[in-house]
Amino acid sequence: MTTITRPDRTLDGVGTSMVRPDAPAKTKGEFAYSSDLHAEGMLWGATVRSPHSRARIVSIDVAPALAMAGVHAVLTLDDVPGSRVFGLERPDQPVLADGEARYWGEPIAIVAAEDRETARLAAAAVRVDYEPLTPLSDPEEAEANGSTFRVIEIVNGDETTQGSVVVEGHYEVGQQDQAPLGTESGLAVPDEEGGVDLHISTQWLHVDHEQVVAALGLRTDQVRLHMAGIGGAFGAREDLSLQIHLCMLALHTRRPVKMVYDRAESFVGHVHRHPARMWYRHEADPDGTLKRVQARVLLDGGAYASTSSAVLANACYFAVGPYRCQSVAVHGAAARTNNPPAGAMRGFGAVQSCFGYESQMDRLAEALGMDPIELRLKNALGHGDRLATTGQLIEGSLPTRRVIESLDAMPMLDSESDDPRRLPGGTGLTTPASAVQRGVGFAVGIKNLAFSEGFDDFTEVRAVLTADGLKIGTAAAEVGQGLVSVVEQIARSATGMENVRMVWDDTAHIGSAGSTSASRQTQMTGGAALAACEAVLAEALRRGDGDRLDDRGVWRGDELVVSLADLLTEGPIEHLERFRHPPTEAPDERGRGNVHAGFAVAAHRAVVDVDLELGLVRVVRVDTAQDIGKAINPAAVVGQIEGGIMQGVGLAVMEEIVLDEGVMKNASFTDYLLPTFLDAPEVEAILIEEPDHWGPFGAKGVGEPPAISSTAAVVAAIRAATGKPLTRTPVKPEDIVGL
Amino acid sequence: MKTHLPKDLAEALSALESEPEATILAGGTDLMVSVNYQGLRPGAVVGIRRVAELHEWEGRFIGAGVTYTRMEHGPIPALAQSARTVGSPQIRNAGTLGGNLGTASPAGDALPVLAALDAEIVLRSKVAERVLPWDEFITGPKRNALQPGEIILGARLPERIPTGQGFSKIGIRNAMVIAIASCCLFRDEDGRTTVALGSVGPTPVRARRAEEMISAVLQPTPAALEEFQRLVSAEVSPITDHRSTEAYRRHASGVLARRLLERVIN
Amino acid sequence: MTVNGIEQTADPVGPESLLTTLRDRLGLYGSKNACEQGECGSCSVILDGELVCSCLVMAADADGSEVVTVEGIAGGDGLHRVQQAMIEGSGVQCGFCTPGIVVAAAHLFATGAPVTADDIREALAGNICRCTGYGAIVRALAALSGEAP
Repeated sequence: MTTITRPDRTLDGVGTSMVRPDAPAKTKGEFAYSSDLHAEGMLWGATVRSPHSRARIVSIDVAPALAMAGVHAVLTLDDVPGSRVFGLERPDQPVLADGEARYWGEPIAIVAAEDRETARLAAAAVRVDYEPLTPLSDPEEAEANGSTFRVIEIVNGDETTQGSVVVEGHYEVGQQDQAPLGTESGLAVPDEEGGVDLHISTQWLHVDHEQVVAALGLRTDQVRLHMAGIGGAFGAREDLSLQIHLCMLALHTRRPVKMVYDRAESFVGHVHRHPARMWYRHEADPDGTLKRVQARVLLDGGAYASTSSAVLANACYFAVGPYRCQSVAVHGAAARTNNPPAGAMRGFGAVQSCFGYESQMDRLAEALGMDPIELRLKNALGHGDRLATTGQLIEGSLPTRRVIESLDAMPMLDSESDDPRRLPGGTGLTTPASAVQRGVGFAVGIKNLAFSEGFDDFTEVRAVLTADGLKIGTAAAEVGQGLVSVVEQIARSATGMENVRMVWDDTAHIGSAGSTSASRQTQMTGGAALAACEAVLAEALRRGDGDRLDDRGVWRGDELVVSLADLLTEGPIEHLERFRHPPTEAPDERGRGNVHAGFAVAAHRAVVDVDLELGLVRVVRVDTAQDIGKAINPAAVVGQIEGGIMQGVGLAVMEEIVLDEGVMKNASFTDYLLPTFLDAPEVEAILIEEPDHWGPFGAKGVGEPPAISSTAAVVAAIRAATGKPLTRTPVKPEDIVGL
Repeated sequence: MKTHLPKDLAEALSALESEPEATILAGGTDLMVSVNYQGLRPGAVVGIRRVAELHEWEGRFIGAGVTYTRMEHGPIPALAQSARTVGSPQIRNAGTLGGNLGTASPAGDALPVLAALDAEIVLRSKVAERVLPWDEFITGPKRNALQPGEIILGARLPERIPTGQGFSKIGIRNAMVIAIASCCLFRDEDGRTTVALGSVGPTPVRARRAEEMISAVLQPTPAALEEFQRLVSAEVSPITDHRSTEAYRRHASGVLARRLLERVIN
Repeated sequence: MTVNGIEQTADPVGPESLLTTLRDRLGLYGSKNACEQGECGSCSVILDGELVCSCLVMAADADGSEVVTVEGIAGGDGLHRVQQAMIEGSGVQCGFCTPGIVVAAAHLFATGAPVTADDIREALAGNICRCTGYGAIVRALAALSGEAP
């Protein structure tokens, strides 16, 4: 055996900012998103939608559409072969309207035609006779009438606890849209045996599969879902949109069918963040100790349940924030209205309550005559404390104090400029420098990681070692966040292999990876990958009788004892891992219990320049410190932080769906304003690494915390600059001017 | 769909004469949105972006085919400032002065500049040329006086353009915004001032009482500036819509005008 | 029209956009449709030397024109330095905006003139990104300022 000295090289493993493997294809326009797919002989699908927020459907006449040349199918609820309802938490949403349209844009019928234009015209030709009804648009009215998806009461501690300093307030968070750039799209291809393959962008392949199988009334093996390239998600792809529709059309016509929502349709085609109305009462001792927090949280869930139950739970569990508090009473309700359905969006309820509790903490500090950061430090929640609402002992890391102190200690970086592009109003030249008032705001937020309340949250990963290298197979959705790098880096560090590739297996070939949401995939799919790789490594070392593995083979000391090819002549080494986090439990009737799998905190410090006379805001900086456990890929972590902060800024100053009796008035990028390059603040991020109690290398999920307290920090900064109480976000110029 | 892609004015006018109902297409930045979202399906299209005469920018005359990018880098600062706020570089490379006039949106970004200059709009058909004052060309929100067979040739500006000039526009974000309110102001050495506002009325608004008042004041005092602002606010007719409120737009109009005046006199 | 240096003939249907023609008729899927209104820049192409949104160009009006899409921006087999910078600088997450940004940025840097970070932001203000918050993209591209094209 020839001795080959092992070259001393650094792997692209954990802790490096390796370049993501899909980046080159994406820069060349070669990466295939679900909207880029096509098949020989494919038809185009289109959807007929309700123009009313509430209406009885008197009749649907599909004949005019079917009569058109090139139209192959026009389907309604009666054509649904299996379950006529679907839903993430409860199956309450009809596949196609069931005699009543309950929100503006609700799907009524679907068509398949030879081309996109014919499909559009066919959809317009379907004659639907509506009897408009009065929509229920006010969530308060809905709650009063008992029209709710869930009501939660959380009571913890002694109800008679009081604090001598009291602040009370009402707060409102408007409705944000996830607005991923890739709209809803997919391709369904029927097989010859009455089954179908669906190529789809989604956040959770298997939960889509379950619902599609049920609606089609087929066996699970007759329906295969394949992950296609995803153009962002942020919660918009958790619920079904066109999945069942596409499969129905494909099976009915026996042709492949493609459907792509345009942007206007996308606005009604997915759920939105829950708008929130909150009331808070904070009581503290003169020394700043938080004694009692009472909160009422009302979320508008829209017409169907989606994930309202879980979003409400989150908002209520985190109603106090990352602070200790002796006594807590939270009442929460998710209202059912005829507004467009609300559901998951990055932050998942924790965003809304953060705006409430952080606004309160600033007011409390003022009432106490205390520095707002001192007040937060005084009550900061940490490892070994109990969450004020559920009473759960915090077993993992939670460096809230360190996050706050680090950010507070960060010097205020110089952000002065004469360039008009840096002033409020930008190139609109509205604002001389003399009219600008600067303000600084600080906010801290907390989020749970992974799924909660006793949900059986797991991820399946299969690691396969062949002479071609190590493949990590999973159904986990890479929505842009960089999971593909995380998994490959973990696999490299775990095995010593460099030649590692993440591959996507369809529903027929692997089990669920769970949702790409709740900031869970690094810990869950990463955790599963780590375990699977460790098992493969152990088997490789056993087979090869060595102590180290790399692309060349198995080594003992400095000697290569078996080449990779020889190691695998008897067959590949593979391991299928089903990874779970420490169990959680459903809360008791007072909202208490070990409800969550883990937590992360982040703090944001925002600097804004405000034109007081015109109410125009420029967000100059949002700096942050975030509790991340361990940076698997530091550049990717910073990318999630900057992206999340931008969405938080959007919710603070410009993003809101405007509804009029349930009808969206701004379902387009012309009037639903997303921040541009010229709206982005400078960001400096401090990554605080205190390993969590589970998950690969102590890493925590990082996707949501940047979007949670950034909004509150920006609004706090605007308050500082203007002296206005500003209890609603997004803040509009007229709010600042007081008109 | 019949397509005509004329290279010069004579060809364009002949095409329009033969297809009086044809849709005129320049940069497409307004028209294509109607195609993509409102199912607009013209029977005939006359695409005029190649028509040489429309690209002229000579002395007083700005051709209808001049793009915002050219205006942004052109010799009239107020027009350059307004053009810079239009959409994005992609939009500015395609959108034209003629398109802004043709669409006649209350929020059209170049329109307050034309209004403040008392520009004339030159229309041409195969048989005739008409010249209309801007406020006879723009007849209402998204309505203009163009007749079938006619094309907008361009805008004719006054001989002398005051050196004191400026434009500003309010939007919620720093790019690609439809104006919540916009303002253009010109003031010459004699104090003669014109001020036009956009997005605060069905068509661009000239605040004539405010103009009259401030034109008589060679060196405005703070009190005069305040009065000027008040008069401008009183003369606009904004609405409340999903972008902003009547009260805010009214207030903002006055502030923009006053600040432009301050910018010009300092 | 000439697309990426190659003569192409297509039959646009009615007033359909150049974006639709490029994708659905010519099989060039690199240019993306995220808004079809000129509000996001993901469909950006170079038309007769100018950066435009292909969703706002009527394909019939592109007759006889020269079009460069993301597929042709590198002008060869390798990567354009803008593409290289985006890859190495972590400027790509979901990547849906990336083709439009690559085209717009390549056009900005084509002359080799130096640009500031603010110039980059203004030049790309018509390109929306929802994932990155823009920071990594600006940092990646700013490093190219003043380099020979």
